[in-house]
Amino acid sequence: MAKRTFSIGGIHPHDSKISRECAIRPLPLPPTVYISVAQHIGAPAKPIVAPGDKVKVGQPVAEPGGFVSAFIHSSVSGTVKSVGPRKDLAGNNQMTIEIAVEGDEWAEGIDTSDTLVTAIPEDNKAILEKIRLGGVVGLGGATFPTHVKLSPPPGSKCECLIINGCECEPYLTSDFRTLLEKGEQVVIGAAIIRQVLGNVRCVFGIEENKPEAIAHIREVIAKLGCEGMEVMSLKKRYPQGGEKQLIDAVMHRQVGSGALPISVGAVVQNVATSLAVYDAVQKNKPIVDNSITLTGECFPNQANVLVRVGTPLSFIIDQLGGMPADAVKVISGGPMMGKAIANLDAATLKGTSSLLFLRADQTVRGEASNCIRCGRCADACPMGLEPFLLNRLAKAGDMDKLEANAVQDCIECGCCLYSCPANIPLLDVIRMAKADVMKIMRARAAAKK
Amino acid sequence: MSQIIIWTIAIITVLGLLLALVLYLVAEKFKVVEDPRIDEVEKVMPGANCGGCGFAGCRAFAEAAVKAPNLDNNFCPVGGNDVMAKVAAILGYEVKAKAPMVAVVRCNGSCTNRPTVNTYDGYPSCKVKAALYSGDTGCAFGCLGCGDCVAACQFGALSMDPQTGLPVVDASKCTACGACTKACPKGIIELRPQGPRGMRMYVSCVNKDKGPSAKKACAAACIGCGICAKTCRHGAITVENNIAYIDPEKCKLCRECEAMCPTGAIHAVGFPKPLDKEAVKARILERQKKEREAAAAAAAAQKEA
Amino acid sequence: MSKLIVSPSPHIHSAVSTRSLMTDVVIALLPAVLCSFIFYGWNQILLMFVSVATCVLLEWAITKYLMKKPSTIGDMSAVITGILLALNVPYTTPWWVIFIGAVFAIGVAKLSFGGLGQNIWNPAIAGRVFLLVSFPTYMTTWSAPKGLFGVDAVTGATPLGVIKEGLLQGSTVPELMGSFSYKDLLFANIGGSAGEVCALALLAGFVYLCIRKVIKPWITLSIFATVALTSLLFWGINPARFTDPLFNLLTGGLILGACFMATDYVTSPMSTWGGVIFGIGIGFLTMMIRYFGSYPEGVSFAILIMNSVVPLLNMWFKQKKYGRA
Repeated sequence: MAKRTFSIGGIHPHDSKISRECAIRPLPLPPTVYISVAQHIGAPAKPIVAPGDKVKVGQPVAEPGGFVSAFIHSSVSGTVKSVGPRKDLAGNNQMTIEIAVEGDEWAEGIDTSDTLVTAIPEDNKAILEKIRLGGVVGLGGATFPTHVKLSPPPGSKCECLIINGCECEPYLTSDFRTLLEKGEQVVIGAAIIRQVLGNVRCVFGIEENKPEAIAHIREVIAKLGCEGMEVMSLKKRYPQGGEKQLIDAVMHRQVGSGALPISVGAVVQNVATSLAVYDAVQKNKPIVDNSITLTGECFPNQANVLVRVGTPLSFIIDQLGGMPADAVKVISGGPMMGKAIANLDAATLKGTSSLLFLRADQTVRGEASNCIRCGRCADACPMGLEPFLLNRLAKAGDMDKLEANAVQDCIECGCCLYSCPANIPLLDVIRMAKADVMKIMRARAAAKK
Repeated sequence: MSQIIIWTIAIITVLGLLLALVLYLVAEKFKVVEDPRIDEVEKVMPGANCGGCGFAGCRAFAEAAVKAPNLDNNFCPVGGNDVMAKVAAILGYEVKAKAPMVAVVRCNGSCTNRPTVNTYDGYPSCKVKAALYSGDTGCAFGCLGCGDCVAACQFGALSMDPQTGLPVVDASKCTACGACTKACPKGIIELRPQGPRGMRMYVSCVNKDKGPSAKKACAAACIGCGICAKTCRHGAITVENNIAYIDPEKCKLCRECEAMCPTGAIHAVGFPKPLDKEAVKARILERQKKEREAAAAAAAAQKEA
Repeated sequence: MSKLIVSPSPHIHSAVSTRSLMTDVVIALLPAVLCSFIFYGWNQILLMFVSVATCVLLEWAITKYLMKKPSTIGDMSAVITGILLALNVPYTTPWWVIFIGAVFAIGVAKLSFGGLGQNIWNPAIAGRVFLLVSFPTYMTTWSAPKGLFGVDAVTGATPLGVIKEGLLQGSTVPELMGSFSYKDLLFANIGGSAGEVCALALLAGFVYLCIRKVIKPWITLSIFATVALTSLLFWGINPARFTDPLFNLLTGGLILGACFMATDYVTSPMSTWGGVIFGIGIGFLTMMIRYFGSYPEGVSFAILIMNSVVPLLNMWFKQKKYGRA
């Protein structure tokens, strides 16, 4: 059988998974952690501690600031030193809780042992509450609060839970290592989510370049005797891990423009989220740490490390031998969709998945020249858009035509800019146009109401 | 030969008359009855169609002005009081004269004051840059230097100074249409009254960070120390969110705040002479000392009594 | 530590650039260029040199002094125009004629529209058609190949020219076809302009471009299919009046045009289906001109006409959007 993949566009960037053999290892605790209250999509959390308060690991330090929001917990034990603005990795001020680390004492009720808890509680409401209290958010990149995603709007029915193990971005290996090392926990986490959604079919979508992970998860599913679960090996292609692309690949269904995955009966959760659900439900352990890949050809100490949320990036880099001399760009996330870091004093967030170091020859953009109308951007676009056209319309400021040509469907995957032979900064311009058009659309929708 | 000429003239004449008739009939049939004053108002407008008034263009402004019960909410910033007086005369309204405005760039983060701490390698647009991160200097509030304001200005009044990397307003060309204030993603540019004979004072900084942090990012930042507010004898200066603001309505252009500002964030424009900062500072300090002594003396006198 | 670079995502770029794509096209053209040198000798080498040098120098001069922009000759597109133009004229053409053609191709057809990417018509074809209209004598006096080391050339007409002339004089196609064999056509043993003569070398270049994913094969294949089907239809109806499909595929600039000129990025549609329609249009127009037109050869005109329709094809044929009907 031909391997499955999504049906439109896509590219094949160099794989570069050079840190795939590095086992996840914990880093020592930093002297101070800086916990931002904006670690998820939606309203920032509200701090509930004040300077001078003593906190323990896993104790909530900020509560949800709205319906789409999440709890944030202290990742260390120690004393709150300050609550105030601090520069995030983009250099903008963000409300941050600064905690001086004193020892490593965990809050009561958290099971820190390694014993595998296989029995899943029966009460779905209690499970969702535990997920909410655990501050679990989608760790695949969007950091959408998980308890909201697992409470589908009335009238919609989930048919398939997809666990996203594609890790289609080059370089990243933390999900791969998690699948290999914490396979049991991930599978139980998936079983919990599956139960909450009504015992639906559950598919692990893993790209074929991770055969060890595919074999291991198949083994674990057989060993634990999980029902309704399967592993699907997918053709390697970027952006397979995009929610809409993965649904297309696994279910051969396409989510309509502006609609949620649940409209076609799908819910997608990332591998790391599945692990976080296991921790929150079975161990009462909120998200206080996450695994991060440190990689790049110029970074000598390739590693997958487990760090506490809020650890300063510079501390992590120093622990692993310091900043490489020829690195000119540090990226939080993958090279296709990650954010370039402007401020290395910033701290990690729940959703931080990697620190990627690139040399000048790998990343500096070439001089933009004339569009040669080769159509490579349109061929590469996984949403079937025409980036060359959107770029032109955006520069002319033609909002109506931009909307007619579906600029709002752009998933900002970067395939267009990656493949443009003339180095035209297509996505830079389209991203702005998309924001403008979506603002107009929202205003119109609000006016209708 | 002559026959050909005669026929040609005849045919063309008849054709012309016929077409004229058709045009006339069509024009009559599809005539739109419009208030003739709209045309009159449009005629006196500057015709720049810049949108500075909040309408799509000069015609749209004229239509709105004719419909409006008074001219309080309709003002053409480009034409200013002269044009508005004409419009008011046509429509028979009263119009209050407004102080002529000018765009002011409130950032002093030149290359020397505000060193870059990283390199931007994306599409050269302030909008794109601002959406991405705080900018290539340590200041998250100041000018990004990609010139979106220059591109937005229809009147050629803005240009980037290659020396400082900051936009410069040519007050003689600026019409205060406000396009640049909307184009700037950081909201640095403000429309302020031109002031008497073009003299005006303003705080050339919008950095809301606390003093030390602002000072670290930029040598000419407003650090929110409040000395200016204490110095000002007209109550024109307020400090909020670590940033001073001069109310142009209350400012008497005495330039004392400029002399006292420790970072030079307060700028004076259009004055005939540069300020002798040391002399003014000495005078102010002297005055303040006297005031303190007087106050102490008064307090002492009160105690005795 | 040096300053960090910050930019919006993505942070990596494919190795493909305009220059690498154009260089691949030049590489793909090399077999045909070598063939033309071997078959036609020194005069062809001179033409190639004049054509390429004129194109490149003119582009450099115009971008630098007239447009005051950074020079664009580094993208190699001017080299391609030069090579294609030289392959598109008979080797007996005087050097100053091809010089004029190159000036027209680069100066008028390409740079007056704003340079690479902005032109509506393929510059090499525009240059060739300009020469064909301006200097019909030079452009239609064909000679049988002489070869770099060969004997005297025999002046004559191209196979298509022979057929057209013959039909006008009342001969039938089978009679006229006796004078050449398909083997000769495939292995360049016929009269024609340089690029018409070695089908195998051109096809090798086409296969190279497809393997390197520089172009997609659909435009070329749809031209071939349309030419074959159209001529099959007419030939089937009246073999005495119309030439057969294989003959039509192998003669004239069809292979050169279909493989290298119709597939020019700038002047061809972007979507696959747009490309197929574009190819069908070229194939059909070519056959109509060959069968019923007054010129013996129609590929250049067909491509020019279809170039003009490209904006419409780009508007009508779009890729299916994700999640939209």
